[in-house]
Amino acid sequence: MLIYDVESPGRSATAQFEPASEDIPDDIPIALRRDNQAGLPAVSELQVVRHFTSLSRRNFSIDGQFYPLGSCTMKYNPRGASKAATNPGFLSRHPLAPLSVSQGFLQCLFELQTYLMDVTGMARVSLTPMAGAQGEFAGVAMIRAYHDHHNDDARTEILVPSAAHGTNPATAVMCGYTVREIPITDDGDVDLEALKQVVGPSTAGLMMTNPSTCGVFERRITEIQQVVHDAGGLLYYDGANLNAILGKVKPGDMGFDVMHMNLHKTFATPHGGGGPGSGPVGVSERLAPYVPTPIVGHDPDNGYYWMDEREIPQTIGNLSAFMGNAGILLRAYAYARMLGHEGMHRVGEYATLNANYMAHRLAEVGFTLAYPNRRATHEFIITLASESKSMGVTAMDVAKRLLDYGYHAPTTYFPLLIPECLLIEPTETESPEELDGFVKAMASILEEAKTEPETVTAAPHKMPVRRLDDVRAARQLDLVLARQ
Amino acid sequence: MAEYPQEIKYVDTHEWARLEEDGTVTVGISDHAQEELGDVVYVELPEIDAEVNAKEEAGVVESVKAASDIYAPVSGTVIAVNNVLEDAPETVNDSPYDDGWFFKLSPNDVSELDALLPADDYREQCESD
Repeated sequence: MLIYDVESPGRSATAQFEPASEDIPDDIPIALRRDNQAGLPAVSELQVVRHFTSLSRRNFSIDGQFYPLGSCTMKYNPRGASKAATNPGFLSRHPLAPLSVSQGFLQCLFELQTYLMDVTGMARVSLTPMAGAQGEFAGVAMIRAYHDHHNDDARTEILVPSAAHGTNPATAVMCGYTVREIPITDDGDVDLEALKQVVGPSTAGLMMTNPSTCGVFERRITEIQQVVHDAGGLLYYDGANLNAILGKVKPGDMGFDVMHMNLHKTFATPHGGGGPGSGPVGVSERLAPYVPTPIVGHDPDNGYYWMDEREIPQTIGNLSAFMGNAGILLRAYAYARMLGHEGMHRVGEYATLNANYMAHRLAEVGFTLAYPNRRATHEFIITLASESKSMGVTAMDVAKRLLDYGYHAPTTYFPLLIPECLLIEPTETESPEELDGFVKAMASILEEAKTEPETVTAAPHKMPVRRLDDVRAARQLDLVLARQ
Repeated sequence: MAEYPQEIKYVDTHEWARLEEDGTVTVGISDHAQEELGDVVYVELPEIDAEVNAKEEAGVVESVKAASDIYAPVSGTVIAVNNVLEDAPETVNDSPYDDGWFFKLSPNDVSELDALLPADDYREQCESD
């Protein structure tokens, strides 16, 4: 139901109006002033509250449901982190406030830089990228700056394994590189022989997501980094799946030169909320001169301060007007402090334990794992290729039926390498009972697929709307509400 | 079941190529490919007069499931594109080998077609996937 359906001419929520101002600005050119009404719904305050509360109840969210959306790390983010970040002292601080009244804020960011350096094994961290995409861009821009600085302009290619995150090739192209895809083996590892064939003097770098989108850890990462480094290329680590290794393995130890982290995923800000995000970059010593500014420095005499291009003259530059999304950074800081060193280790452990437990249980009840011989990382893939052939029930049908059982669906049809797949990421914040509940629902859906497949293929049945026509939505894209 | 017409050649990346009587080569995606993709919702075609190399990207096909690159089966110059697909991308699903063609090439070297897969070999590849 649209809010316009409940409107009544002349009705409004006057209590919400700003008091009328005497000095209405008259310097707006006539041509730019509107000559019609804004088209807002004529409804009361209570109608607005009920309408949007009702819409919010129809949402699936981590506050309401288990949300195993693979590759997205939809874990519970503690309220405490948000509470700390919204301390009025932080909220009221003006971004141009003098350093003397910003020491607490800067100290938090300085310490967050050191925690992130510690957990990733990187030599320097810049918190400024405003999102994962900007972090990736900054990372590859630093690779470019490094080669430029060494007058190595023959390096025009970025290598990307087919199991990498889809944003990687896009980032490489944005930075002016040509992308070469490296195939993976049947076990989900990078095809090392294929890599050796294409790596060479034109290789600027290799972008990897490890664990990859296949939900497995690259076992030959040491050899891979050796091959790329020997050829003069650099290694980029996409931090999309950092949750799997948090506190257990460091990208710096694996030989990566640069990486980004999605704080809005791994560090207490929900992913997929439409932003704001935060994608800090970490670099090895080699790339330390190029980090985006500002970063927070500390000087025993003067305290915390912004380090800019005067101290980092080879920086790739600023990425935004100030420095990153402060609220997200503070939430990440609070989260890191809440976890502590020991707690950070448990994130990776439990994320991995939960995924392996669930993969094992789903295999027991009859589902096919895409990589049965591999230990899962924080996520794993099941394939419904045989069910789709024998019963006509697809991965999308199962995903839709899960909604009826009260679960948000896993990621469907991604990665593209695996036919009819569901990518499942339970995260570390779910209890064994919740994991068992999901397995039970999946087993029940598999039984339905065998005995009454139309129940699955026509799902969902209990949602506010039935199966949406996504083909029509894509072919006849119409995003404008035309008011009658 | 997917169809694999005998008179055309195939690529392991699921394009087909047909040598026309006038010496041009018509390119599209196979019946198997459209089945796997599901409902096609968008097709991006190359520019007319564009030079394309064999095995290099020449377009994009997008379905509700996935977006995939289309590779040129042979090298040549693009001489025509199927504009029908812009407004009716479902034509790819309805008629992959006829009305749903993507583009036509003036090939640099017709003998490149000999290196492509015959129908039976391509069918074997698809059925073993």
